[in-house]
Amino acid sequence: MYVAVKGGEQAIDQAHSWLDETRRGDTSLPELSVEQIRQQMGMAVDRVMTEGSLYDPELAALALKQASGDVIEAIFLLRAYRTTLPRFLASCPVETDRMAIRRRISAAYKDLPGGQILGPTYDYTHRLLDFTLLANGERATTPPADDTVENCPRVLDFLNSEGLIESPQGQDEHKPSGTMEAPDAPADLTRQPMDYPADRDLRLQALARGDEGFLLALAYSTQRGYGRNHPFAGEIRQGEVAVEIVPEELGFAVIAGDIQVTECDMINQFSGTETEAPRFTRGYGLAFGNAERKALAMALVDRALRARELGEDIVSPAQDEEFVLAHCDNLDSSGFVSHLKLPHYVDFQSELVLLRRLRKEFEQRREANQP
Amino acid sequence: MTKANAFSRTADASPDTNPDQTDRQFWMSVLARADLSDLESYWQTLSPAPEYRHLRKPEIGMAMVRGRAGGTGSPFNLGEVTLTRCVVELDAGVQGFGYVTGRSRRHAELSALFDGLMQQHSALHGPALIQPLHQQWLARREQVSRKAAATKVNFMTMVRGS
Repeated sequence: MYVAVKGGEQAIDQAHSWLDETRRGDTSLPELSVEQIRQQMGMAVDRVMTEGSLYDPELAALALKQASGDVIEAIFLLRAYRTTLPRFLASCPVETDRMAIRRRISAAYKDLPGGQILGPTYDYTHRLLDFTLLANGERATTPPADDTVENCPRVLDFLNSEGLIESPQGQDEHKPSGTMEAPDAPADLTRQPMDYPADRDLRLQALARGDEGFLLALAYSTQRGYGRNHPFAGEIRQGEVAVEIVPEELGFAVIAGDIQVTECDMINQFSGTETEAPRFTRGYGLAFGNAERKALAMALVDRALRARELGEDIVSPAQDEEFVLAHCDNLDSSGFVSHLKLPHYVDFQSELVLLRRLRKEFEQRREANQP
Repeated sequence: MTKANAFSRTADASPDTNPDQTDRQFWMSVLARADLSDLESYWQTLSPAPEYRHLRKPEIGMAMVRGRAGGTGSPFNLGEVTLTRCVVELDAGVQGFGYVTGRSRRHAELSALFDGLMQQHSALHGPALIQPLHQQWLARREQVSRKAAATKVNFMTMVRGS
């Protein structure tokens, strides 16, 4: 027998109405504008764009406002919106070598061409609450230097020219995605289901949109010995790159705008094999906006997931691509965990019936066995 | 590179300027990077306003942004960016194309219109529109770069003991 139950509609409407009211908070205070969120909650906006997998600061700020600042809810909103838009084309790969640098540091070389450029960083702050902000204190603006940033060549290229590090390609030959319409295009998990073993292009896409907290924890686990690969932050850069596209009807490349990205090139140990000399290997992280923690974590996990390619023993969670890739998406995770909130009345009734019967049988057996 | 146009690009220090860029690629990029308000005010100065029709009405979609493993290796899909496109035909039969990141239909439309107008009268609109917009963009870039340079570390060596 199946009994349809209705009657939640009014309650849901009222709940949503109260949600709107709660989100707005005290109406004697001015309402936050989307532009204010975009300007003053920039790192939250960047995280929503990165994990929402859609670069649009205004929409990400709107999502944050609508979600009362719940980042994963905002990511959900952005991903949902994303599915309503047609994809016109894919861009040329962004040229991070030609980034307009806001920040660029290397933990591997002290003196390097272009220098260590700290940019707007929370590093070296004392992590003391700044009570001037509570009092709406205005900060002084940064006086610009006389000259612009010098040319900043890629740090890992120094090592590459000496043969001390593997090529950025890694050990793998370039592998076409194998789709009919674009055989040379990289794999795309928004178009094809995840397939294991996953190649590096697919893994990097999954990590780029993966949950920062999950990847951070996995990255930390590699440092604590679960798949140790002895990393150095070879180079971290943050700034603006051009989005270059080649529209079919034009047949040549045009720049459609600029986006902010954060990039991390990790240098890792590799002891070599019988046929290969010891040398450094690479891990790579790239994220929208100012997202350094994410880029670092992504680079560490990328390197850990290259265990198979490098012939390392797969002994830790961070090296297990099915474990990492199947669980790194926070919408998949929160969707499945949150579905537990939905009515399971019928399931639960059947569990109850079963449990009562088992207990009854248990009691009967016990009574029968009593002398 | 077609150098027939009456405007020339200054040798700028912008790190992402491709020397092989043609003039049309250059102005389309400048239009895409411009502020909508600047494009709109220039449009208002045109009298009479050019007649045109849409071959493709302004349309919002996305481009999949690609990166490369290790920055220079094999490409992978990073995530999408919103993109608006528009194609117009001016009275003279010239087609103009606009592709701009973001969701501004008007920005894509004006970019397409000015792409068409530049193909017709680059000697006029090049110096009056494209060059000033490019200079503004360069100035904004330079300002950011100079702030970044202000945060560059100047290491000093300290000698301890004797």
